[in-house]
Amino acid sequence: MLLRLLTFILLLAVPAQAEEEIVLGLSQREIDITATFIGSEILVFGAIKRDRPAPEGQLGVIVTVAGPDTPVTVRRKERRLGIWVNVDDVKIAAAPSFYAVASSAELSKVLRASADMVERITIPQVVREVGTNVLDSKSFARALMRIRAGNDQYQRLEGAVSVSRDTLFQTRIQLPANLTEGFYVTRIFLTRDGNIVDEYVTTIPVKKVGLERWLYNLAHENAFWYGLMSLAIAIAAGWGASAAFSLFRR
Amino acid sequence: MQIYLPIAEVSVNAFLLLGLGGIVGVLSGMFGVGGGFLMTPLLFFIGIPPAVAVATEANQIVASSFSGVLAHLKRKTVDLRMGTVLLIGGLVGAALGVVVFNYLRSLGQVDLLVKLCYVIFLGIIGGLMFIESLNAIRKSKKTGGRTQRRKHTWLHNLPFKMKFRVSGLYISVIPPLIVGVLVGILAAIMGVGGGFIMVPAMIYLLGMPTKVVVGTSLFQIIFVTAFTTMLHATTNFTVDIVLAVLLLIGGVIGAQIGTRIGVKIKAEQLRIMLAIMVLAVCFKLGLDLLIMPSELYSLGEGGH
Repeated sequence: MLLRLLTFILLLAVPAQAEEEIVLGLSQREIDITATFIGSEILVFGAIKRDRPAPEGQLGVIVTVAGPDTPVTVRRKERRLGIWVNVDDVKIAAAPSFYAVASSAELSKVLRASADMVERITIPQVVREVGTNVLDSKSFARALMRIRAGNDQYQRLEGAVSVSRDTLFQTRIQLPANLTEGFYVTRIFLTRDGNIVDEYVTTIPVKKVGLERWLYNLAHENAFWYGLMSLAIAIAAGWGASAAFSLFRR
Repeated sequence: MQIYLPIAEVSVNAFLLLGLGGIVGVLSGMFGVGGGFLMTPLLFFIGIPPAVAVATEANQIVASSFSGVLAHLKRKTVDLRMGTVLLIGGLVGAALGVVVFNYLRSLGQVDLLVKLCYVIFLGIIGGLMFIESLNAIRKSKKTGGRTQRRKHTWLHNLPFKMKFRVSGLYISVIPPLIVGVLVGILAAIMGVGGGFIMVPAMIYLLGMPTKVVVGTSLFQIIFVTAFTTMLHATTNFTVDIVLAVLLLIGGVIGAQIGTRIGVKIKAEQLRIMLAIMVLAVCFKLGLDLLIMPSELYSLGEGGH
């Protein structure tokens, strides 16, 4: 919220920059998680609207997709008495469950570090660690990023945004199958020489539907009956298999 | 075929789960163990969140144990009386175990304690059983017959004696009650049905015949795991019914096959096979603790 307010103020402060504007399209307005959900792909495409000739400077387009933020505890193992045990832990206040950043060229070329700090665009900026008494807390945040990048939960896609004739841009972002429900914030940044000239924000809701939705709600709202239902199914299946087999034997 | 699990929030291969359920079900029917001590680590391995794996596994054990018990009831190899006594102890133990578990969790390091529990108990039980059944096999080969080993110990002098006709025992209810409580505590801490502790305890501590032990253990496990399932479902909301159904379809079929295999195998051989399996799991878990992991860091949910 604070971030968005900051962005708003920043945009107000530099009205002269708004000579280029993003017009956006999305392949999907929302993502439904069904029983056979195996991940999804979103196509982000759009155009850059200008009311005068294009200004000087190298054009850059950056697209980010962020899943809901959750706190995470990162633990590190050390050898104690010959066995490996968790010793230190660092709590990360908020880390997105999914984060992808795609850009039209190398990120260092299309985004200045100062702009990155303000808008929190690259992955290290998104994962915020909190102060702890552990000396090298930075390595814990790095471990989080490494583990999640290994699971395709964090993706850095440099050069994945294609821009044609300095006007049209598009990129595809792969969402993995183990998605968390919630609002996925999609941001598009337009940069000139690494400075942000326009920003567009939209959200894509990701939610369970049908049977998945029904079971999830039942498990949380009528936990007792859900538990009994699970047991009933288990008993019925056990009895069914036994009966089927004794028929089979005769 | 990929299936998205609504509670675990991951997508997994349905056939893989059916297969895992089937294999663990066969073992469950053969040995009278719920199979939780095998299945729970396997579920972690394929990426199911630990909390969901433990809770859902309890529900699956209800199904495979029920299927197994029906097969045993037909053969009259279930000592209902002994099972009830063990169950009373088991429920008390499970309730105590949950208290102990929450206390350990408040200290942190609960993962390590659970793993150490596994290594120590699996090691002791597997080792003892292996040696004992090896001796029994050697003896039966030498003399050509089974040796009757029923000594009169201090256990037989305790009060509250009860006749357990199916087991052919006339002993005090105190030892089975204590066994039930201890197994209940361990089961709650380790997140399993406790069959792999219960079976040897019934054979060696109570002196029950091996054939009766399996059915009786399954009978008791049904109720303890049903109790655990309800606790998890109502407090943590971590029972995934889709995952449970996939596992138990394989599990109940496997349990039926396993029970039939179990009847055909000699008691000593059955025991030595269970011992080898228990030792193998123990060895694997022990190795994990001793060898430097490739990733020193691990991610956990939110705060403690």
